Amino acid sequence: MDAWQGLMEGFATALTPMNLLFACIGVLLGTAVGVLPGIGPAMTVALLLPITYNVEPASAFIMFAGIYYGGMYGGSTTSILLNTPGESSSVITALEGNKMAKAGRAAQALATAAIGSFVAGSIGTALIVAFAPTIATAAVQLGAPSYFAIMMLALVAVTAVLGSSKLRGFISLFLGLAIGLVGADLLTGQNRMTLGVPLLSDGIDIVVVAVAIFAVGEALWVAAHLRRRPLEVIPVGRPWMGKEDWKRSWMPWLRGTAFGFPFGALPAGGAELPTFLSYVTEKKLTKHPEEFGKGAIEGVAGPEAANNASAAGTLVPMLSLGLPTNATAAIMLAAMAGYGIQPGPALFEENGDLVWALIASLFIGNALLLILNLPLAPVWARLLRTPRPYLYAGILFFASLGAYAVNLQWFDLLLLLVLGLLGLLMRRFGLPVLPMIIAVILGPRLEYQLRQALQLSSGDWSTLWSEPVAIIVYICMALIFIVPLVMKRVRGTGTGPDAAGSTAAESPDGR
Amino acid sequence: MSIVVAYMPSPEGEAALDAAIAEAKLRGLRVVVVNATKGDALVDTHYASAEGILSLDQRLADCGVEHEIVRPMGADLSDLVLEAAENAAAELLVVGLRRRTPVGKLVLGSVSQRLLLDATIPVLAIHAKAGGRHAS
Repeated sequence: MDAWQGLMEGFATALTPMNLLFACIGVLLGTAVGVLPGIGPAMTVALLLPITYNVEPASAFIMFAGIYYGGMYGGSTTSILLNTPGESSSVITALEGNKMAKAGRAAQALATAAIGSFVAGSIGTALIVAFAPTIATAAVQLGAPSYFAIMMLALVAVTAVLGSSKLRGFISLFLGLAIGLVGADLLTGQNRMTLGVPLLSDGIDIVVVAVAIFAVGEALWVAAHLRRRPLEVIPVGRPWMGKEDWKRSWMPWLRGTAFGFPFGALPAGGAELPTFLSYVTEKKLTKHPEEFGKGAIEGVAGPEAANNASAAGTLVPMLSLGLPTNATAAIMLAAMAGYGIQPGPALFEENGDLVWALIASLFIGNALLLILNLPLAPVWARLLRTPRPYLYAGILFFASLGAYAVNLQWFDLLLLLVLGLLGLLMRRFGLPVLPMIIAVILGPRLEYQLRQALQLSSGDWSTLWSEPVAIIVYICMALIFIVPLVMKRVRGTGTGPDAAGSTAAESPDGR
Repeated sequence: MSIVVAYMPSPEGEAALDAAIAEAKLRGLRVVVVNATKGDALVDTHYASAEGILSLDQRLADCGVEHEIVRPMGADLSDLVLEAAENAAAELLVVGLRRRTPVGKLVLGSVSQRLLLDATIPVLAIHAKAGGRHAS
């Protein structure tokens, strides 16, 4: 199907009143959870997975897309008004945004964040249309060895590049792989890691894992730190921008988009690095260097655009290769699997109408975000007054409901509790959640590709590096490990100031 | 001996503070301002900001009354205030009242009502409007 024609048909699906309503709900819900620190789009989509049982796939994904973009947007509001980033991707926004708000320019900071997000989101979505189908077409021809290599790269990159500690990343990764292994072996039917419990032989449902780690783990963590001194929120009216602000914002928006999209599209690019790069660039290029550190609008416009563009970029590997590189994309893939849709390069051909509806709804969701959120900013700020007990009681209720609804058996609730405790411990010991959740989802598929490759070569391991793409990917993987080591060596022998810059880049790793 | 006032940055809180200052001058006692929070939400508008506390401190100093500001955090606001009153050996507790519908009281409860019922010392209850006249 031609991309343009596909997109138009996608709009036709997404613009039906019912789907438009789902888009609105998604966008509002996404912004709300984005505003609240600790709960994000990944947890929300995980909690909403049970609705996939009775809602059409297109509608569900339109809502998830709204939540995804809305979450990115909502994080900036908290960053700017409270100096507490709602999401790790808006850590950098807080630097200048909160200073602007304190200087009485909260309205302009929110406006440049909102409009910048819209611009970057729209360009990013257009780039998805341009790249994803092409990549998918190329990827269909890849054999199992290449596919195995690419998945390995995603896992290694997510683990080693993001976050401050590689050891913690790998602990989390192997926890995830282990959970993914539980259940009957696909080929031989042997039970693995079931501890003799027959109920485990179907494997642990991804809904239960995701809800337990994101929702129950977070709720227990918050319960353990329930009372904290309230923060001061900066009151704000309706966001708006003057002529001067527009003039100073539009270039950072475009530059931020240019940073964000490629990083998002790479496996494990994440939003932290491009937002930081965008901030540094704006600081260098600005005509008002004296304002940086005191609330420069460029320092809000650039990083905000970068984080939305990277959110869009993340969807490229997800849609074209079935490769999730952030938590929300991972859960969305789990939802696809729930519908019996096989994520992967064939997605565009086999479920073209669904994919194009999803992409069209990204454009719509982006526009809705701008229209809804500019006037609603004061309402979102009020949301921060919600007492945690009410909020997390609601989350736990939906988490239990969701876990129970999977198979209607009490055993899943027990699993939910056990894995929720694991989630709490991971937070306690600073283990990143992302490698684990991606490992749970990619692990079984990784194993499948490996076995397929080995079966085709009748057990010859050299088949794993028999394809050129696979070799290139393994070289990239090696570089991920070697480059930081070399950088460290080089830095150790001089260039002090650079080292300071990079530690600042590494610190905003969420939790 | 002292006068304890349950304070929050709102009309009824200010009214209570005004009354407490007037009473402290009259009796020659020190004022203990209690600004408590449950600390279970990210933002609590009844919890004074750092700036608010500074200006409060300044204002009390300008009035020439000996004073202290305490900012406890805990599950039950009225318990926190009563505890502060006990610690300060208070002889009078000042609270601000606001109009609340019976349904609102049922749903949200009322800190001032609990203070009135549970306090073992005399309580001076001030309405936001009455407090305004009191101050002028």
